[in-house]
Amino acid sequence: MIRVTRKVEFSAAHFYHNPNFSAEENRRIFGKCNNPHGHGHNYTVEVTVAGEPDPDTGMVVNLKELKEILEREICDRMDHRHLNYEVPELAGQIPTCETLAALIWRLLDGKITRGFLDRVRVYESSDVFAECTLEPNGRASHSGETLGEKVRRA
Amino acid sequence: MSHPLKVTLTRRYRFAASHRLHSRNFSDERNRELYGKCSNPHGHGHNYVVEVTVGGPVDPATGMVANLGELDPFVQREVIEAFDQRYLNEEVPEFREAVPTTENVCREIYRRLKSFPSARLERVRIEETSNNSFEYTS
Repeated sequence: MIRVTRKVEFSAAHFYHNPNFSAEENRRIFGKCNNPHGHGHNYTVEVTVAGEPDPDTGMVVNLKELKEILEREICDRMDHRHLNYEVPELAGQIPTCETLAALIWRLLDGKITRGFLDRVRVYESSDVFAECTLEPNGRASHSGETLGEKVRRA
Repeated sequence: MSHPLKVTLTRRYRFAASHRLHSRNFSDERNRELYGKCSNPHGHGHNYVVEVTVGGPVDPATGMVANLGELDPFVQREVIEAFDQRYLNEEVPEFREAVPTTENVCREIYRRLKSFPSARLERVRIEETSNNSFEYTS
């Protein structure tokens, strides 16, 4: 099996605030990230697709197609946006990099044109990242099948 | 989509330390042969990068696997304070016996961080230099 990773970057604003917590609890739990004016990051997203290369093309997945999918699903939705207000899929959630990694997995799931989605990593900075994978027992058993196909088959 | 997803959080930390690779079970000649320049009796040092990965459910109230506000001081106390600007062979008790290869440093850091109360420790990965990295998982 071969893993292919494509990287995209986007810049966005966010802050952490849970309306169920008091102002003091929000400050204690989220620290500086609770600043209501928000702050921002240059996010880097690494998307890994796994599978066997197509014997005709030598490719696990066509990177041009993958790039277009990542730009549509990730960058068009999040680049130069305020994640708390402008990304409906994040409504009611705290936009941490854990939340973003799981959301990006769900946005890409079933849309990869070949191979299967193996890993999504979201770097908030060069020193912090969240990673989303399937739980080990959920790993797709062979290449050429997207998670969407696997779930539909199950 | 109800398929179970696994989410982990990774944070990179740094410390600088000196060490010497030398086993008292071997002769000086065998040590030189085995560890080469790393066996220099005066020691040498590295800028180590430690990647700590924790996993577990994402708390819907915080969106977090672990709060860095808890992880940072824990790693600082358990590892960075004990390792940073130290001679590992003498100043970290575990390496008075074990040779402080980065494999052993990885395992020792894992042991020290295993008791992190708020999430499960998944992996410790150390970059000894930009060319060498070592990883320990449970």
